[in-house]
Amino acid sequence: MSWSKKRLAKSLWVFHVSASPCNNCDIEILDLLTPRYDVERFGIKLVGSIRHADVILLTGIVNQKVAPMVKRLYEQAPKPVFVVGVGTCPMSGACFKESYNIVPERKDVIPIDVYIPGCPPKPEAMIEAIVKLMGVLRG
Amino acid sequence: MRATYLLYLFIFPGLLFTAVLGLLAGWLDRKVSARFQFRVGPPLFQNFNDLFKLLTKETILIRDTMSGVFIAAPLAALAMLTIISALVGVPLFFRTSFGGDLIVVMYLLMLFSVLIVLGGASTGNVFSSLGAGREIKLLLADELAFILVCLVAVIKAGYTLRFNEILAYQAEQGAIAGSVSGTMALVIGLLCIQAKMTLPPFHIPEAETELAEGPLIDYGGPLLAFWKLGHFMMYVIFPFLLILLFLGGFKLQGLGILWALLKYLAIVVVMIIIKNTNPRLRIDTAISFFWKVASPLAFLAVVLAVLGV
Repeated sequence: MSWSKKRLAKSLWVFHVSASPCNNCDIEILDLLTPRYDVERFGIKLVGSIRHADVILLTGIVNQKVAPMVKRLYEQAPKPVFVVGVGTCPMSGACFKESYNIVPERKDVIPIDVYIPGCPPKPEAMIEAIVKLMGVLRG
Repeated sequence: MRATYLLYLFIFPGLLFTAVLGLLAGWLDRKVSARFQFRVGPPLFQNFNDLFKLLTKETILIRDTMSGVFIAAPLAALAMLTIISALVGVPLFFRTSFGGDLIVVMYLLMLFSVLIVLGGASTGNVFSSLGAGREIKLLLADELAFILVCLVAVIKAGYTLRFNEILAYQAEQGAIAGSVSGTMALVIGLLCIQAKMTLPPFHIPEAETELAEGPLIDYGGPLLAFWKLGHFMMYVIFPFLLILLFLGGFKLQGLGILWALLKYLAIVVVMIIIKNTNPRLRIDTAISFFWKVASPLAFLAVVLAVLGV
């Protein structure tokens, strides 16, 4: 098991899920994937299909409308799969926490493993979170 | 006899050798592409890590799917590529025939594309079906030019389809690429293998930006690993085929080993440079390129070869 986890830590393919964000975190994720930060050094690759994903990058408050879709995407991903909540929204709901259509319990929709605080977080912060995830996987 | 055949198929020019060399060539591709974009690029064993990770992941079958075809397609594709790698590799390294000839290789290569179409269309996913349809169109586009290109080598070597006889001819008379028709055929052949491997500018079926890997969209875990491994094995099979047909094969003694490595690396690097400097063609421009430009030129090369130029 630890052997396969080490392989997984060296090749994390990420899939980007926008669950009703304000788009700012999404733009920062795109910044992260530019040549300047070059996350391919760590084996991280953006994939276009959830079936290929190892990490789900979740941005935004999960509202009532997208919650079924987010849940379904998590179920469609081949396990083991990890969920990284990018930004303040998946953590606490930010300024939308008293909104009428926010999901009351985000952890019922999708279990989030790593949170990255920030509104939006810098690409460096995202790299740090991924590196922490790798450290947990390596043991 | 049987034991050597198994050795050929599974160990030396076959599965194991081709897979390891292909994964390393795939790393070269990613590294050189990264340098093109002023990046550092992935570490040496990245493709091995990707492959082993995919093998340890969960396999998901989709409910309303022909799951038999869905599972069989990647396995059959890997088997096809193993046979092709032995058919091409044995004459190259041992100068003996492995029982098949050029017709068998062309037939199996076409069957590989058909398997991609079957696997992609079996899931019923819209993007996947679109990718499968584009794969058929690309096959229709590049097949004629590819067959004509192979025909040039056949005609130059004295109308023989056997790989070891083509190599024997080149050992006596010099590489086929040394003649006018041979050079033309080699250049068109390079473009054809770009399309056969669906590398840019011909990555129309798996267009990441709009189709998200096309036919492979619903594959995950081990089945995706088999497709990926097949793709990396093609980084070995197609350059070897071109070396065999046009560049005189390998002489594996003394300086010959260096020459062999240089020939292989030259073809792979040219492929990577074409890949990194061209945007994607539309499917209609790709078809009109192959039918209006590449095929007539390949036909001209065939005529020149018949005339002995």
